[in-house]
Amino acid sequence: MSVARVSGGLAQGPERRISRGLWRDAASRLVRTGPGVLGLVLIGLFVGTALLAPLIAPYSASTQDLATRLQLPSAAHLMGTDLLGRDEFSRVLYGAQISLIVGVSAVAMGLVIGGLIGAAAGALGGAVDAVLMRGVDVMLAIPGILLAIGIVTWLDRGLPQIMLAVGVSNAPIFARLLRGSLLPLRDADYVVAARSIGAPRGRLLLRHMVPNALTPLIVQATLALATSIIDVAGLGFLGLGPPDPSTAEWGTMLTDSTQFLRLAPYLIFFPGAAIVISAIGFNLLGDGLRESIDPRLKR
Amino acid sequence: MLKYIARRLLTVVPILLGLSVLLFVFIHVLPGDPAYAILGQRATAEQIALMHAYLGLDRPLLDQYVQYLGGILHGDLGASSVNNRPILQVFLQRFPATVELTAASLVFAAGAGIPLGRYSGRNAGTWRDALVTIVSLLGISIPIFVTGLSLQYVLAVDLGVLPASGRIDLRLNVPAVTNFMLIDTLLAGNLAAFVDAVRHLVLPAVSLGSIHMAVIARITRASYIEVANEDYVRTARAKGLTEKRVDDRHILRNAWLPVTTVIGLAVGGLLAGAVITETVFTWNGVGRYVVDAIKNHDYMVVQSSILIFALIFLVVNLIVDVVYAVLDPRIRYS
Repeated sequence: MSVARVSGGLAQGPERRISRGLWRDAASRLVRTGPGVLGLVLIGLFVGTALLAPLIAPYSASTQDLATRLQLPSAAHLMGTDLLGRDEFSRVLYGAQISLIVGVSAVAMGLVIGGLIGAAAGALGGAVDAVLMRGVDVMLAIPGILLAIGIVTWLDRGLPQIMLAVGVSNAPIFARLLRGSLLPLRDADYVVAARSIGAPRGRLLLRHMVPNALTPLIVQATLALATSIIDVAGLGFLGLGPPDPSTAEWGTMLTDSTQFLRLAPYLIFFPGAAIVISAIGFNLLGDGLRESIDPRLKR
Repeated sequence: MLKYIARRLLTVVPILLGLSVLLFVFIHVLPGDPAYAILGQRATAEQIALMHAYLGLDRPLLDQYVQYLGGILHGDLGASSVNNRPILQVFLQRFPATVELTAASLVFAAGAGIPLGRYSGRNAGTWRDALVTIVSLLGISIPIFVTGLSLQYVLAVDLGVLPASGRIDLRLNVPAVTNFMLIDTLLAGNLAAFVDAVRHLVLPAVSLGSIHMAVIARITRASYIEVANEDYVRTARAKGLTEKRVDDRHILRNAWLPVTTVIGLAVGGLLAGAVITETVFTWNGVGRYVVDAIKNHDYMVVQSSILIFALIFLVVNLIVDVVYAVLDPRIRYS
């Protein structure tokens, strides 16, 4: 009887400490942290708004009604109306779609471009590494937003151009990170073992090295989503947003509102708050992920 | 030390060469014709051909690159395609305004960020630390143009305590000598103008510096906590040193290194951020020069300004590396 109780107790102890894998452990740590959960909630709000915009928005983002222009927030127009009488609430909701699509696509492009460069440099080493990394140094010499400005200016305005511009400005950091994570793995025991049984180079890289080097990249991608949303809005603010003026883009909405700072300050507040809330969400999640993956970082 | 500086200088040369190739390729190889951008989409084929000849775009690519590079090496960064003014000359004329703004932002970012980070680190785990963490999270997440427009509305438009835009009240009529407004007002012996210039500087500097203030506070906090947990700090306390002495002599001196790096790197970020800040506050620096060039499709100005910005960025990084090597001798020998 007592033996059974003791063995039962022993069985419970180690079971609690057994790891369920890096990501599942990290996820369970993440949902136990306040900031991480708040980040998830804010991102949920942002993504939900973007997906449900056509269902929630009381008006279309482009419908003009000059009779109701520059109206203060009211029951009919929760966030007021802009210079052309468009409903600000509907435009903020539709703006979430643009920010989400452009922000996520830009980070995905940055991940692919940077990932390919970083993987080739980290896995092949030697001359390939040296040439690719000098190229990355060149890209890093141009501050991100300036590089994005240059690209959109050259390729002309448009959503795909903005995605590419912000994506390319993100790529060098991803390339550096992946290369940095891959370099020590080249001499890891399991890679040497796979190489010794004749695994081809591509398989070594894709099956053994890259999956083990992705962690810092995923954290960086989450944080990059925040800066990408800000950069996309920044391009819009500088007049490099979508060419169609009826498109609801948060940065462009802010630029339009600067002419009416005295008359309609709410036109700055609502799109501004939308950008800040989504950026805070991704920043909190990024910080939370970093701390959950490596709890030593948490102090 | 000289050997280290020479080694670092040598690494800048290929980067600059690479940059010149990259910017050249952007203009000449990627889709998007500068001639169309200058003349508009309705330009005729003949007009486009003439513009190509005027810009030298009808010659072989290698020829064009060699001429472009030769020009750069002779300090000729081309002329604006809108008003034909030499780009470098206009850039240098407007650069002091941007330097003034960047310097003031850096003073704000470091002046507020370091004490905040130190306070947060000393009170790690308390509500005071949480409060500073929230402030720095907000600082990182609020874009410059949102901070700028909000400050402009509250403090300039609504309360009227600070000017909303520009570098100085134009009625004060200060002669431009150095193009640094603060220096020019002092040279003119006009104290009222100096005060006015400082008042004009406050909102743009705070807007531009807010993100970097938050980053500096975060790094200072992390660095402070890391050093405060070192064995030698525990030993210092065990020796019976006062908390202030432990703080000043043992923690801060060692926590300073990563903060220096971040402050140095902030200079590049601030210069880039000036593009947006100068637009918000109608500040006549190089940032607005670039934005105006974008609006006028003035490719040469955008291209050359980015090259100059990158050069400044590289030089600043080089200076940061050298300062870092002076502060931490281990770096020189690694």
